[in-house]
Amino acid sequence: MARRGRISRWCWQLALLLFGLGGLAGAREAQPLVADPEMEARVMAIAAELRCLVCQNETLAASQSALAVDLRKQIEQQLARGASAQQVRDYMVDRYGQFVLFRPALNASTIALWFGPFAILAAVLIAWFRTLRSNARSASDVALTDAESERARRLLQASSGLH
Amino acid sequence: MKRTTLPLLVFGLLVALMAAGLTLRPTEVPSPLVGKPAPAFSLPLLGAPERSLSANDMLGKVWLLNVWASWCTACRLEHPAVLDAAKSGAVPIYGLNYKDKPADALRWLDRLGNPYVASLSDANGLVGIDFGVYGVPETFVIDKTGVIRHKVIGPLTPETLRDTVMPLVRKLDG
Repeated sequence: MARRGRISRWCWQLALLLFGLGGLAGAREAQPLVADPEMEARVMAIAAELRCLVCQNETLAASQSALAVDLRKQIEQQLARGASAQQVRDYMVDRYGQFVLFRPALNASTIALWFGPFAILAAVLIAWFRTLRSNARSASDVALTDAESERARRLLQASSGLH
Repeated sequence: MKRTTLPLLVFGLLVALMAAGLTLRPTEVPSPLVGKPAPAFSLPLLGAPERSLSANDMLGKVWLLNVWASWCTACRLEHPAVLDAAKSGAVPIYGLNYKDKPADALRWLDRLGNPYVASLSDANGLVGIDFGVYGVPETFVIDKTGVIRHKVIGPLTPETLRDTVMPLVRKLDG
């Protein structure tokens, strides 16, 4: 009886120890996410406007690639050193080019990118409007012969007679 | 006849644009660093961490910086071409061992051959970021004044070396 008690107490201690270790491991994993929510939000706000070059249509904020993790760490360190959001963006552009910006600066090389779609839309609208107008004009320009207008008049009379 | 010419013309233009688009490689992002001085660095050497090499030590010669890692499968693919280039003696090739464990890196060189005059250990990848590295392997051609003249993204092939890299090295050396 005494022996069984000792064994069960030993089992309890082992269980408590394992439970405690499990808790520690869990705490270590969750820590970086809540280290500084305000800083995390600032980093993510900047990263959401930057392209991850490894998986190009993902943002730096969403990407799980190793480079994206490193670059987010860079953003955090620079912000901690007092850099502005613009300085962080310049740092990225210096290394990876304008392509990293999801909203590139407006300059000679990006003007087609910014206004091209609107220019195409305007051209299509103008072409469409012109076609409509020339169609309307050609429709009214068609002159009917006497026989045709007589036939049209009779058809109109016949259909109104139905009422 | 006239009604069909314009739509056909627009369609032809669209096909031409898309055909041109197929020949582009969106994964190769041109580096803004080409034509600019290489970023400053000072890194310990792989296999001899008590010694280090800096950007200033490299001034006065044309050299290649080849970014590699033992975990990178494409590096294995380009390795024979890098070995051949090193054997030709035309240009010194330095390695940037990117985010690697030194023991793994040394074992990799032992097994496959070491084309590098020396490899720099960039364990945390910070120098890689300064060079705008976003995939491994990448290769930079750097001139005597320390300016980056060309960047090859992805594995070096015998063709790229023969047609692009080596002619450029000869021009810069001359």
